[in-house]
Amino acid sequence: MRLKGKVHKFGANVDTDVIIPARYLNISEPDELAKHCMEDIDAEFTTKAKRGDIIIATTNFGCGSSREHAPLAIKACGVSCVIAQSFARIFFRNAINIGLPLLECPEAVDETEAGDILEVDLSSGKINNISKHKIFIANPYPEFMMGIINAGGLIQYTNRRKEKPSS
Amino acid sequence: MKTLAEKILAAHSSQKEVTAGEFINVQADLVLSNDVTAPLAIKEFQRLGVGKTFNPEKVVMVPDHFCPNKDIKSAEQAKLIREFAKEQGILYFEVGRMGIEHVLLPEQGLVLPGQVIIGADSHTCTYGALGAFSTGMGSTDIAVAMATGEIWMKVPQTIKFIYHGTLPKWVGGKDLILYTIGDVGVDGALYSVMEFTGEAIDELPMEGRFTMANMAIEAGAKAGIFSVDDRTREYVTEHGNKSYSVYKSDEDAEYSKIVEYDVSQIEPQVAFPSLPSNTKPVSQAHDIKLDQVLIGGCTNGRLGDLRLAAKILKGQQIHPELRCIIIPGSQRVYLDALREGLLEIFIEAGAAVSTPTCGPCLGGHMGVLAAGERCLSTTNRNFVGRMGSPKSEVYLANPAIASASAILGRIGDPEEVT
Repeated sequence: MRLKGKVHKFGANVDTDVIIPARYLNISEPDELAKHCMEDIDAEFTTKAKRGDIIIATTNFGCGSSREHAPLAIKACGVSCVIAQSFARIFFRNAINIGLPLLECPEAVDETEAGDILEVDLSSGKINNISKHKIFIANPYPEFMMGIINAGGLIQYTNRRKEKPSS
Repeated sequence: MKTLAEKILAAHSSQKEVTAGEFINVQADLVLSNDVTAPLAIKEFQRLGVGKTFNPEKVVMVPDHFCPNKDIKSAEQAKLIREFAKEQGILYFEVGRMGIEHVLLPEQGLVLPGQVIIGADSHTCTYGALGAFSTGMGSTDIAVAMATGEIWMKVPQTIKFIYHGTLPKWVGGKDLILYTIGDVGVDGALYSVMEFTGEAIDELPMEGRFTMANMAIEAGAKAGIFSVDDRTREYVTEHGNKSYSVYKSDEDAEYSKIVEYDVSQIEPQVAFPSLPSNTKPVSQAHDIKLDQVLIGGCTNGRLGDLRLAAKILKGQQIHPELRCIIIPGSQRVYLDALREGLLEIFIEAGAAVSTPTCGPCLGGHMGVLAAGERCLSTTNRNFVGRMGSPKSEVYLANPAIASASAILGRIGDPEEVT
């Protein structure tokens, strides 16, 4: 699967309270949540983000609460994937479970600026910075996790396992 | 050869032993969610088409975040989980009989040493205080666990923290964990288990252990864990007295890192905005003027925390330009505090006392901050906008510092008011 979009760049420790503030957690519809995504650190984010765009961040992206509303809000904004130096673990699980692709690639984060255009090939982990003519390779997913990703999320993965318990 | 966490996980898997880095399926002893995370979990659960949960006695929902309902949307969410709980016959604690989930479940004897507990709440790691492996996940993971009783996990490596020495006055579990997070950073234990040991831990009451395990997530950890000792056994006997299994790390267990501290050199800690790792000793925080103090939360809303607050607030007055809000962590803590006369002390001092709720900790209700306001809170997070306006500030500290600060109108030390 190939993704292409403009980069929005963030720093370290982007927490789930800024991805989607708790004051909006009395709703769970992704499109409603998306209206408030990132608003406490970048009030313009939801108007700037276009379908396919890519979030780049440094370390520990998604730290804080277990709210699945955070990856849901990012995905519903049209963001096609998040590339970071590292992710907080609950956010990582949640994103994989709901089908928001994440890539760990410190080099790509270091050498990419806001506004660059990236093309990402999820199956190979190849990140092409078209604006800077540079290519990076993200850390591969463990095989087990590829199973969940290929199924399209944890619910689909679990449903398949129920049908074919031996697999 | 194996750590406490690896032994618990192995006992809940189909394997004889497990090693850090392995992907395994784990059987859960309890699957938790709340009024914020359960609605999404229920929606995903229904997509699995199984009809019933794997075991209604091992699935629990607690309406605590925006309950008692703060607005119509929250009321709709609470209604949804109430109806699901009734239909499924799962464990459910209604307003008036509930508490903040991580205060409530240990108190009810629903979480025990040696168990695996998973919850759609990041502070599910609290139960590690009892020698359980407990960790937070998202709603979809919880949906699958509610249906199958199982969840996938990568076996985490363990970092051993050893706390030597004797705790100075006013220094407790909150200060040890803030100091530790300040040292290792908010991702210093990413994907790892934090195993808390040492003679200062042996002397630490259960309340302090719950506080420490609760904040393991603030260092990025998957779980925080303590060995079972006489204090644990006494707690479990008093709270349900059920049978349980005890695991212990082997002498030669493999740790990814060992970190040692001399606690006798640690002062009470204050985490400055906007990360729990941004810590300073309280003596370096005396000039910070405050608008609000919050005492409570899943971190410090237990009876021992309220006793500590009452010791300092007794016969004193809350600073005239400050609001002090005190929230007992459960109905039982509330009633015990009432019977001991603690609530009278708080109300006479000019503090607001409320029914249990997570409310203000996450900027939900019951103490939301305006732009430019500063709050010192005994809770666990001080991120931008955590308690309200993105232009407000949150400082984190223990209940003694919080109480002294409520009297002084600025961050201060109990020694200044006693």
